[in-house]
Amino acid sequence: MSVRDSLARSLHGRLDDVQGDAGYGDPAEHPPRMGFFTDTSVCIGCKACEVACKEWNEVPDDGYALSGMSYDNTQALGASTWRHVAFVEKPLHPTTTDLGLPGMGPPGWDTHESGLPRAAPAGADQATESGGANDDAGVRWLMSSDVCKHCTHAGCLDVCPTGSLFRTEFGTVVVQPDICNGCGYCVSACPYGVIDLRKEDGRAFKCTLCYDRLKEGQTPACAQACPTESIQFGEVDELRERADQRLAELHEKGVDVARLYGRDPEDGVGGDGAFFLLLDEPEVYGLPPDPVVPTRDIADMWKHVGAAALTLVGLGVASFVSSAGRRR
Amino acid sequence: MAEAHPVGFQWVMEAKRRGATIIHVDPRFTRTSAVADLHVPIRAGSDIAFLGGLVNHVLSHDLDFREYVVAYTNAASVIEEGYRDTEDLDGLFSGFDPESGQYNPETWQYVGATEAAAAGQRDPAQAAGGTSGSHGQRHEAARSETHGSGGPGVASKGERDETLQHPNCVFQILKRHFARYTPEMVQSVCGISPHQFAQVADALTRNSGRERTSAIAYAVGWTHHSVGAQTIRTAAILQTLLGNIGRPGGGIMALRGHASIQGSTDIPTLFNILPGYLPMPHAAEHQDLESYVEGDAGKAGFWGNMRSYAVSLLKSYWGDAATADNDFCFDYLPRLTGDHSTYNTVKGQIEGRCKGYFLVGENPAVGSANGKMQRLGMANLDWLVVRDMAMIESATFWKDGPEIDTGELVTQEIGTEVFFLPAASHVEKAGSFTQTQRMLQWRDKAVDPPGDARSDLSFYFELGNRIREKLKDSTDEMDRPLLDLTWDYPLEEDGEPDGAAVLREINGTGPDGKALSAYTELKDDGSTRCGCWIYCGVYADEVNQARRRKPHWEQDYVASEWGWVWPANRRIIYNRASAAPDGTPWSERKKYVWWDAEQGRWTGSDVPDFVVDRPPDHVPDEDAKGPDAIGGQDPFVMQTDGKAWLFAPLGVADGPLPTHYEPPESPVRNPLYGRQNNPARQKVSHPANPINPSYSEIFPYVFTSYRLTEHHTAGGMSRTLPYLTELQPEPFCEVSPRLARERDLEHLGWATIVTARSAIEARVLVTDRMRSLRLGDHVVEQVGLPYHWGPNGITTGDSPNDLVNLTLDPNVYIQDKVGTCDIRPGRRPRGADLTAYVEDYRRRAGVDPDDPTDGRTDR
Repeated sequence: MSVRDSLARSLHGRLDDVQGDAGYGDPAEHPPRMGFFTDTSVCIGCKACEVACKEWNEVPDDGYALSGMSYDNTQALGASTWRHVAFVEKPLHPTTTDLGLPGMGPPGWDTHESGLPRAAPAGADQATESGGANDDAGVRWLMSSDVCKHCTHAGCLDVCPTGSLFRTEFGTVVVQPDICNGCGYCVSACPYGVIDLRKEDGRAFKCTLCYDRLKEGQTPACAQACPTESIQFGEVDELRERADQRLAELHEKGVDVARLYGRDPEDGVGGDGAFFLLLDEPEVYGLPPDPVVPTRDIADMWKHVGAAALTLVGLGVASFVSSAGRRR
Repeated sequence: MAEAHPVGFQWVMEAKRRGATIIHVDPRFTRTSAVADLHVPIRAGSDIAFLGGLVNHVLSHDLDFREYVVAYTNAASVIEEGYRDTEDLDGLFSGFDPESGQYNPETWQYVGATEAAAAGQRDPAQAAGGTSGSHGQRHEAARSETHGSGGPGVASKGERDETLQHPNCVFQILKRHFARYTPEMVQSVCGISPHQFAQVADALTRNSGRERTSAIAYAVGWTHHSVGAQTIRTAAILQTLLGNIGRPGGGIMALRGHASIQGSTDIPTLFNILPGYLPMPHAAEHQDLESYVEGDAGKAGFWGNMRSYAVSLLKSYWGDAATADNDFCFDYLPRLTGDHSTYNTVKGQIEGRCKGYFLVGENPAVGSANGKMQRLGMANLDWLVVRDMAMIESATFWKDGPEIDTGELVTQEIGTEVFFLPAASHVEKAGSFTQTQRMLQWRDKAVDPPGDARSDLSFYFELGNRIREKLKDSTDEMDRPLLDLTWDYPLEEDGEPDGAAVLREINGTGPDGKALSAYTELKDDGSTRCGCWIYCGVYADEVNQARRRKPHWEQDYVASEWGWVWPANRRIIYNRASAAPDGTPWSERKKYVWWDAEQGRWTGSDVPDFVVDRPPDHVPDEDAKGPDAIGGQDPFVMQTDGKAWLFAPLGVADGPLPTHYEPPESPVRNPLYGRQNNPARQKVSHPANPINPSYSEIFPYVFTSYRLTEHHTAGGMSRTLPYLTELQPEPFCEVSPRLARERDLEHLGWATIVTARSAIEARVLVTDRMRSLRLGDHVVEQVGLPYHWGPNGITTGDSPNDLVNLTLDPNVYIQDKVGTCDIRPGRRPRGADLTAYVEDYRRRAGVDPDDPTDGRTDR
């Protein structure tokens, strides 16, 4: 679809039928919107998702470099990494100096029924209290499997000049490599930095949410491989309910740091088709705190462009009229 | 567990979701720690002290499940007067012979049981009065396992004091033995604070008893030690005291080293047992079938039918050739003459006693302790067969091993003929895996193996065919065992032998040729055949029961119709203990198997592990034998006294109770006893196996090797694959920020790690996940070493197993994975300089060149 076509669609704000907006007709005429809910609180960082994704989609390796960034050696999403597990090591009590006194705990500790101190305030499934009475402070190790967000308003799709990027009947966003001309507009249009060009190839690649598997009624490879159900695949509406439930459950357990990311249909991209439960600020995981689709302002921009054009035309006409007058 | 068993760990996460508390005890902070409720960092090699502390906590606060303990364990048994504990002898038990370094368990017996006991009869090392080991040294033939799964014989329950007050009853001995394992002692040995220790102790004891149960899962972090078997014993004592055995949600789960290690113990690749844990006969002692089975025949419990299991196995091997007249071909079985365990075999290779070697899915040049000894051994063979999916280091050591670089080995001088045969992977062949719950799960073949790759089954079948073809005209009696073998497996369309036919043969058949359905049908007259008695029933009704895949949401939580679990599809063994002595469930919440008085039967969610119609109040006759001798309150039906052994009167080579000893290499003195190390540990004397002197300033740090999720053991299946290699592309070591400061180690820089054996290099990860541990006024630093790399593969690097010494557990002959080391910034020396570098360390540390394995240990 070209920029002109995209003007026919909504470019930002809440959108409940993303496929309908893309021309798939009424909700009854297309399948429900499908997506991922990635619950990072139960992620164990096994990277099975990364491997399953590459195996299924025949994505090449991404180089053999020890990054030194904890156990994260693929480092970021890119043309050859469509699932990426982030590993974040964080001191548990960055400001507390543990003096090693027996029974000492950081302020706010209480005890739950097991007799263990709740690892509040950081507390969460992924927030173990470790070695409270030793010299060094405890550590948290956050793990999160990141993926293309399949935005409601996808910047990549909106700017693609060849129609290589398209919205599927499942509401997902997919690149057709045979049409991609490698212009790279999509790369700068993605507010999350997901899509990228493969250097040796020149074209753009990213997660397809296993479009081929979805067409066969199958679960995407990553979700299929995830042993702990951290990656959940399903209808976006249902996943949102599940996410709300899980969040409430964690909050009830005192895990106040838990939050949803990308779930809100009112956010800068109209909500994500792949959204997350995080145990810290999005920035900690390398996610933008407030992503906005760059095309949000495109309508305004076109208004300005239109006004400018009219002005130019007006000036031109005026000059013609005036010169004609002079001739007269 | 999340790190090395991520798939199994999903059930831990499921339990957590349902409210379970997850506690992770590990020297390093792993992916398991990340999602656990509590991570307890511990000094590697101090597990018995930690678990002993928990045992002491339970005993000294009367937190044991007393009714369970009195009825179902040997807590009430009274031990011989002559017994002396480590409390009396400063770290030794009575019966130790310093000459041989072995114990005589005579004084550990139950009072009143010894006169009838078959003590030692199952024990070649004692009965044979010396066997031929290397250098005329007497080696036991893995004494603890020569008893088979029935355990060693005690002929009766002996004297019992169910008030538990007798000063020499097991309960009182236990109390005295563990009294010094206080929280303060735990801190000074393990580096665990009393505060954290109390958290664990409270959580565990609160979650055990009538209404609740706790489970323990462990892996090689517990077993790979010179006291490995005793670590598991300590956990068993703890769980038994808390009533966590034989009940749902309880137990001790061994997370094995890789897929189907449980299966390769059941149908063993071990030298000292036959399928179903039947002992391997001993050359001097077991001249005929009668002498082989007599130690067990008539024992109480199901082990009393051992003759039926043995005869059925012989019939399975030799079919019609095995008759009552020829002792069912018992003479065809090989015999033990001593210790033929793996490390002794390696030593035998170096010394020229072992000339040929099969390596099947194993890469000892990288994956086994003391890599140099492994390679020196393989370099001294006549022939070596390597069956693997990738060209592993054990097939190429002769051209690119570290010793070629240092000049210790010269390619042209290595005479070993190496045969490399490509192997099919697990998805390229059908077969069963047996996992830690003893569950067999069948997998179908997904794809054909590439090229010439073949399954192991196909390889051995074909090898057998070819050997038999060569020998077919032989008249030599020696060849009869091969020629008389039942060797007639049907081939499938792809030319592979049918694995299901092998499983059926293991299951066994009756006189009518039909598959048997339970081991209770086995006969000792030759009318039944069975390849592994505990697997009898896996092909019941001519159906491959291991292939059942009814999902858990279509059945109750026990899921009896998923796969098949030995024995008898019983999901929890000893489950009679899930009911109180009177046969009623301990609690509604933990109801599992109970006595139905109306029906006169045991019933419940699982197959009862008991004589199904034996009432709870049954008292057997004095002269009852086999299963008839099981009393109504004896749930541990494979033990001859029907009780769980808190105290082991027999069968453990290094003492009746677990005791903390320091690893062979340790930065500290043993705070508990004058004895520094396990006195019964087995040393491997060889110049390539020098031991770092303990508490040496030259080797001040602890190192421990481990795995990463992204790689598989010695790496042959992972660092040869791009998608796994990119996830962990290089060998590295993990150190704490404090150690990095102390030794000027830079994050992502190089470090050299040195022991008396060798030096390796690795990139450095400085991380808060490695903890500095305070032991009293001593801070211990640990260096973490993932061990997956070697010279071959997409990415390469040094092998941490080159650093590991060989000092073995005397029960199972496993090495101690923990040692001491030095760590320095920068890369290691190359070539002959490396040898000189390590030699300099040995000299400075005072390693005795004449007795390098001594290790300057005992005060």
